[in-house]
Amino acid sequence: MNVAAPQSALLRTVYVLYVVCFFAYLAAPLVAAGMFAFNDSTVPSLPWRGFTLGWFFGDTDPVIGMFHDRRLLRGLTNSLYIGVIVSALSVAAGTCNAFLFERRQFPFKNALYILMIIPLVIPGVILGISILVFASMVANNADRAFGLDLSALRPGTFLVVLGQFSFLTTITSLVIQARLKKFDVSLEEAALNLGASRLKVLATVTMPYLMPALFSAFVVAFLVSFENFNTTLMLVGSDAPLTITMYDRMVKVGSTPVLNAVSFFLMVGSGLLALLSVVVQRDRPSD
Amino acid sequence: MLRSDTGKLSLILLMTPFVLWIVLLILLPQLGITFVSLREKIGPRQYEFGFGNYIAFIQEPIYWNTLLRTAWMSILVTVMSLLVGFPIAFYIAKIAQRRSRAGLFLLCLIPLWVSDLVRAFGWIVLLRETGLISGALQYVGLVNGPVEMLYNDVTVVIGLVYTVVLFMIVPLVSTLDGMDNSMLEAGYNLGGSRLTVFRRIIVPYAMPGIVSGCIIVFMLTAGSYLTPILLGGKNSMWFTEQIYDQFITRYNWEAGATFGVLLLGFTSMVIWLGLKLTGQNLASTVAKD
Repeated sequence: MNVAAPQSALLRTVYVLYVVCFFAYLAAPLVAAGMFAFNDSTVPSLPWRGFTLGWFFGDTDPVIGMFHDRRLLRGLTNSLYIGVIVSALSVAAGTCNAFLFERRQFPFKNALYILMIIPLVIPGVILGISILVFASMVANNADRAFGLDLSALRPGTFLVVLGQFSFLTTITSLVIQARLKKFDVSLEEAALNLGASRLKVLATVTMPYLMPALFSAFVVAFLVSFENFNTTLMLVGSDAPLTITMYDRMVKVGSTPVLNAVSFFLMVGSGLLALLSVVVQRDRPSD
Repeated sequence: MLRSDTGKLSLILLMTPFVLWIVLLILLPQLGITFVSLREKIGPRQYEFGFGNYIAFIQEPIYWNTLLRTAWMSILVTVMSLLVGFPIAFYIAKIAQRRSRAGLFLLCLIPLWVSDLVRAFGWIVLLRETGLISGALQYVGLVNGPVEMLYNDVTVVIGLVYTVVLFMIVPLVSTLDGMDNSMLEAGYNLGGSRLTVFRRIIVPYAMPGIVSGCIIVFMLTAGSYLTPILLGGKNSMWFTEQIYDQFITRYNWEAGATFGVLLLGFTSMVIWLGLKLTGQNLASTVAKD
């Protein structure tokens, strides 16, 4: 007998129905976005005109599939490129932060810890504009004072990377720190007693233990970077990532089934990545 | 001696990325927009310091009405997400069988990994005049002509709740998971009704989760851009849209920065108030999972 559950059968049924409705609500827009990728029609709406893969692979007008759409493909490569760089950077910085706050004592530790979490509660748009403003101020002053042309600080890929890095680092730090917290320090001490150097201990004992967390922090950072819109929108230059390209298309051309195809592709891709990170996290031989 | 020196050196090395990140990407940029917001343009390349931009904001009803509306809608969305999400989180944490628990939790997370844009696009496909729901209603015969369900406030709220409710459920599940059922049993044995047990045991226990969920949800809603714009259309009147407009379309950075500072000040104030009222702090709530 579960005391937490409602006691009467009627209430229990109502409760289960509510949960089912909720999951239907969660699934509805995703199913709607996904299914019209396969409809053989030039608009993503009913009636259903038969199954096609043209919105993925088609190469004749008017059905140009996403894999033949040069601008969408460029957006996709930009997103991948930005995502890999920014995830690698934020995992590296997050690892440092995790060791810093888990292993070290220093003055104002609590205040600095709060400061580390703060980027999570700053709206993305504000992070975007503040970095845009600050970068332009630096670039303008460098230009005026030294005649330097710092084009990297103008809107573009570099600023997008910085903008996403600014809040992803908080997420990676928290993920990695959570795993480091569970680490048994006596393992390190044992290795040190057996004559290993500090670096060797780090490389052979601590880092392998952290590996699943590093991996899942990387995947989370990559997915969040890939789907980020608000911060990116303010910092984007000519090399727009995929979400911006899609938004542009949606506003200028209206909704076309190509966008459904891209949506489907993204859903499957990120679903697989997320699943992979869950599997890696679960498959830990040490505990 | 040597030992403590290397310790200090490694501390400095570990500290460097943190300091660079916080100072260069968070603190200085925030000071930067505050600085720009206090700068009045009085001629080409001529500036003066003062609160002129803030005064302009107060004097233009459209601006502060938009902020108030965004604030009001964000609070509404936060409350709705709590109401919608709590029973789900409770079900996953306390009622579902051990086996199905992880599966349900993962199901909850799936929309999290799909871009805001895809979710909003899905709603558009469902709700617009030629959309699925309009079509279904006509097919059943409930309505005669196509129905437009986009571009109104109800749709914006539904879409916003959809995008943020997961950030409510995740912290709630992780707090409720730690609650021992024997606490509930004790409550009933002492003669508490279901309502009393809910009010006096479950809610206080879940408080850290509720607070952290509300903070994240509120912040995400107030700062959201895509969902209100795409589902609300031209009359969505969302504050982030104003910021974007000033920055990118009108190139009026002074006004845009002022709006940014106001939005940040506003969300920080609400979050601070929420933490104070419930006696929590940022590290114990947001950073918990």
